[in-house]
Amino acid sequence: MSATAPTVAALPANLAEHFPAGVVADTRKGYEGYVVGAAQLLQVAGAIRDKLGYNYLSSVTGVDYPESNQIEVVYHAYKTSGGPGLNFKVQADRNDPVVPSLVGLYPGAEFQEREIFDMYGVRFDGHPDLRRILMWDGFAGYPLRKDWKEPFFEEDLKPFASRWPGGDVRRSEELDPFGANVQYPPEFDPYEWTPETETAIYKLIQPKAGNGNGGHLKTDKLIVNIGPQHPSTHGVFRMVVVLDGETVVDLKPVMGYLHRNHEKIGERNTFLQNMPYTDRLDYLASMSNNHAYALSVERLMGVKVPERAEYLRVLMVELTRICSHMWAIGFLLNDLGAFQTPALYAIKERELILDLFEATAGSRMMCNYMRFGGVSRDLPAALRDENTMDFLRDLVNNRLSYAIDELDRFLTNSEILRSRCIGVGVLPAEKAIAYSAAGPLLRASGVNYDLRRADPYSIYDRFDFNVCTRPNGDVYDRYLVRIDEMRESVRICQQVVAGMPTGGEILAGKPQYNVRVPAGESYGRVENPKGELGFYVVSTGKTNPWRYHVRAPSFVNLTLLGEVCKGHKIADVVVILGSIDIVLGEVDR
Amino acid sequence: MYGSGILAGLGVTLKHFVDSYVDDLKFLGQRYYNPASLNQRQGTRGKGVFTVQFPEEKLPTPERFRFIPFLLYDEKPDGTHDDRCTSCGICAKVCPPQCIWIKRSNDPVTGRPVPQPAAFYIDIDICMNCGYCAEYCPFDAIKMDHDYELASFDRTSAHIFDKQKLDKPVAYYASLRPTDYAAEELVRAEEEAKKAAKKADAAAKAAAPATA
Ligand code: SF4
Ligand code: SF4
Repeated sequence: MSATAPTVAALPANLAEHFPAGVVADTRKGYEGYVVGAAQLLQVAGAIRDKLGYNYLSSVTGVDYPESNQIEVVYHAYKTSGGPGLNFKVQADRNDPVVPSLVGLYPGAEFQEREIFDMYGVRFDGHPDLRRILMWDGFAGYPLRKDWKEPFFEEDLKPFASRWPGGDVRRSEELDPFGANVQYPPEFDPYEWTPETETAIYKLIQPKAGNGNGGHLKTDKLIVNIGPQHPSTHGVFRMVVVLDGETVVDLKPVMGYLHRNHEKIGERNTFLQNMPYTDRLDYLASMSNNHAYALSVERLMGVKVPERAEYLRVLMVELTRICSHMWAIGFLLNDLGAFQTPALYAIKERELILDLFEATAGSRMMCNYMRFGGVSRDLPAALRDENTMDFLRDLVNNRLSYAIDELDRFLTNSEILRSRCIGVGVLPAEKAIAYSAAGPLLRASGVNYDLRRADPYSIYDRFDFNVCTRPNGDVYDRYLVRIDEMRESVRICQQVVAGMPTGGEILAGKPQYNVRVPAGESYGRVENPKGELGFYVVSTGKTNPWRYHVRAPSFVNLTLLGEVCKGHKIADVVVILGSIDIVLGEVDR
Repeated sequence: MYGSGILAGLGVTLKHFVDSYVDDLKFLGQRYYNPASLNQRQGTRGKGVFTVQFPEEKLPTPERFRFIPFLLYDEKPDGTHDDRCTSCGICAKVCPPQCIWIKRSNDPVTGRPVPQPAAFYIDIDICMNCGYCAEYCPFDAIKMDHDYELASFDRTSAHIFDKQKLDKPVAYYASLRPTDYAAEELVRAEEEAKKAAKKADAAAKAAAPATA
């Protein structure tokens, strides 16, 4: 895909004809897709899924337009056979927004709709479990609405006038002495509060708890909270589990402990200022986060990325994928109870990759490497006492393959690993697609869907690599897909190192700190190590984005956690969570 | 055979175990606390364990490593400092978490802004080490430091760096990032030369009609 070619292209011209009453093409400048009437939504979405074949709902999000007094819900649907997607929207009255829920058609919308409810106050008719998801009940208002202001609110948009030229320094907390920095809804008393969300969770699962499994032995069902502080949750994350004996009857994930309203911060920031913030989403894959965000803004700007910069981007992103999969495998083994030894073997080569990142971008994990139209720095001449290209060649031609093979020898045939993983957490292909699962999770269920092939971006169409799939959809297959994918990434890196043009530009145009981005919307997505990472950006032609949404793969992949855990033993829950591979920085945003 | 997978796996563990000792022996007791061996064992030639005995030894920071920024000054022959910063405010504007605070100074007589900041603060609790300030400063006046050991006992008083704390000589920068420094000096020299040429040109032009 060149930077100017839209990912959401060529719309089925007949969609508006099929539904003359409720569907119009979105004609706003820079927008694409259709606007669907709320009354027709279910019918239209049904046709989009079943007649047109857009069976994969990638992203659902909201946008606030106070000027027209509307909140817009934006859907991006794709075909798992590949190709461009279809973007459709529903507009709802800002004062009382109600939109029919698509959970029945696309179960993968469940958490995303809850997020919109949480952030914008849009009620989804027919949603099975409409509760706040990232915020708590005592939270006042809907934070992503444009008129909502945080307690530390200073100005709508950065840069803030107080910083220059009359910068009288102060710490934010001096403005907000303790106690005054929290807002509660009217009539809310924190001391009288009973946690409604909690009660709601328990109510949802309580009916299933009860006496016995019907056998002659009298057993009680019980509820166990795993987390938020638990080593197996990979961060602060909670699973409310209903158990019958050791068997999981139901499971609800609870998240938001690490929530910082990344998207609101993003809408206050200028376009460029968001780049280092994306590092902090999936902090094990900052390079690929940079890439996704850069792509989505570049699409609006219509810049062409220079050749060498494209190669550098692919190199960094693929190395990131290897690091991230190494982590995933290492910590899957931790979750299986093989403490630290496999994890440390797995992340050994990561040291070298991070050394390269640090020498090139200036930081090991918070790389902040990419810019709109290229990258910030070229490779350094030397890495410690080695020539950088020699270092790279050594890394991608010898060391990485050796490390992956060794990991393979170490683990793949281990009887313990196999018996704990094979047949556990099985996710059938149809369910994986319906739940908008992405990345290794989707491909381990036999779905051949990898954005690098299905909807190629950057220069991936030039490289020879295979999309790795496995048929069984269990934990073991997810492990194998990651091993396979690392090998393919190494192959891509080898081709990059061999084919990279020497010298040449690495950034289109002059470095600019205050880019004005043409008005319009853009959805840029990449194949992140954990799945499809998308940035939905709306610009009004100014220097700050009007809307900045992150379609986080870890977050969406959790939608099906409850589904795949049902019927398994409690010890397997931890393993299944490990095999989904989440990072809480991205889940909670 | 059942169990062969586990045995093969244990073989890998054993190999790592033996390798680490073989590697230790190869360095003849010089494996640790020795910069030369650190480069070797932590690089692509490293065969044993990747470990740095922090804090006794530390991974060297590469040139481009970025941590909390500092301000540069040139030392004049008489020993006084000449700030490079012109308080143009670009770094304060580009800073993503808005942790740079600059007070522009005015000439007491004319009231016009003078190119020297009256005050310059960075709240290091908020700085995200993104490096934008250094990247976009048009005067090479602010650069990223390498000193990452900034823990202190009192965050409320010690973590807002003022100009005095931020000021560092250009020589320090040159020692931190020799490559970048050399490249920048080249550009600066070119620009100086251009400016001088222009001035000479203008002077020549101004002088020409007078002599004619
Ligand atoms: S440090 Fe540079 S960018 Fe910042 S005010 Fe000074 S001259 Fe301007
Ligand atoms: S490094 Fe980034 S966050 Fe820190 S002062 Fe500079 S611009 Fe601001």
